[in-house]
Amino acid sequence: MSEALKLAINEAVMQKIRQHGTESYPNECCGALLGRDADAGVNPARPTREVLEIFPLVNRRDDSPRNRFFVTAEDAHDADKTALAHGLDLIGWYHSHPDHPATPSEYDREHAWPWYSYIIVSVQNGNPQDMTSWRLEDDRSVFVAEKLEIRNHAKA
Amino acid sequence: MAVRVMIPTPLRVYAGKRDSAEFRAGTVGEALAQLTGEFDDLRRHLFTDEGNLRSFVNVYVNGEDIRYLSKEETPTKDGDTISIIPSIAGGSCRPEIEKNRFCAN
Repeated sequence: MSEALKLAINEAVMQKIRQHGTESYPNECCGALLGRDADAGVNPARPTREVLEIFPLVNRRDDSPRNRFFVTAEDAHDADKTALAHGLDLIGWYHSHPDHPATPSEYDREHAWPWYSYIIVSVQNGNPQDMTSWRLEDDRSVFVAEKLEIRNHAKA
Repeated sequence: MAVRVMIPTPLRVYAGKRDSAEFRAGTVGEALAQLTGEFDDLRRHLFTDEGNLRSFVNVYVNGEDIRYLSKEETPTKDGDTISIIPSIAGGSCRPEIEKNRFCAN
């Protein structure tokens, strides 16, 4: 992953993620990122990856929902099917960090999958703050930040 | 005929961009060993350093979770499909809530 990573997203989708984080506070929210991941080189002027919709999910970590989230395999499968039904790809996941910065924790890294984009929104005292996106390095050693390229509207 | 292993999207880049691979294997463990033998870069994403399946890696044989069968000793036969389905976990480090190794730094 030597080239700079980018994830295109529109303001409406960002607002949905913030809203989910606010509604879930002080617990963590989570959900799937649906969009497209075109092959690099098709159009170098455009990012290869773009979020077009989210699929909010229930945080299954009942025992520690304020600092953990969990998406079951069944929920992940549902998200994948929903993406396919809309002609989209399941390209990643989002979750909130209540009263904590929007940086991935060691726990995030240890449990992450490669390839997926991981959006984190910080929610401080119930108010959404920073939003960041990350991808796991191939050797699992570190999360690499990917730039959120904000667009004004979704491109289908 | 053989056992088909379905490779999830995030791991295809480590498997020559293939979405499945076929092996002659008598158990799930044998099939996964052949899979990671052919595509070595897959290993670290499926197994821990100790060689155990990662907790968020879910393996199904014909739709049945192997945790409720015989885990990696689950027998397979020609025509079976093994699916690898991710579960997703994460969360912030909140030392005031939970002191553990993930909050060490």
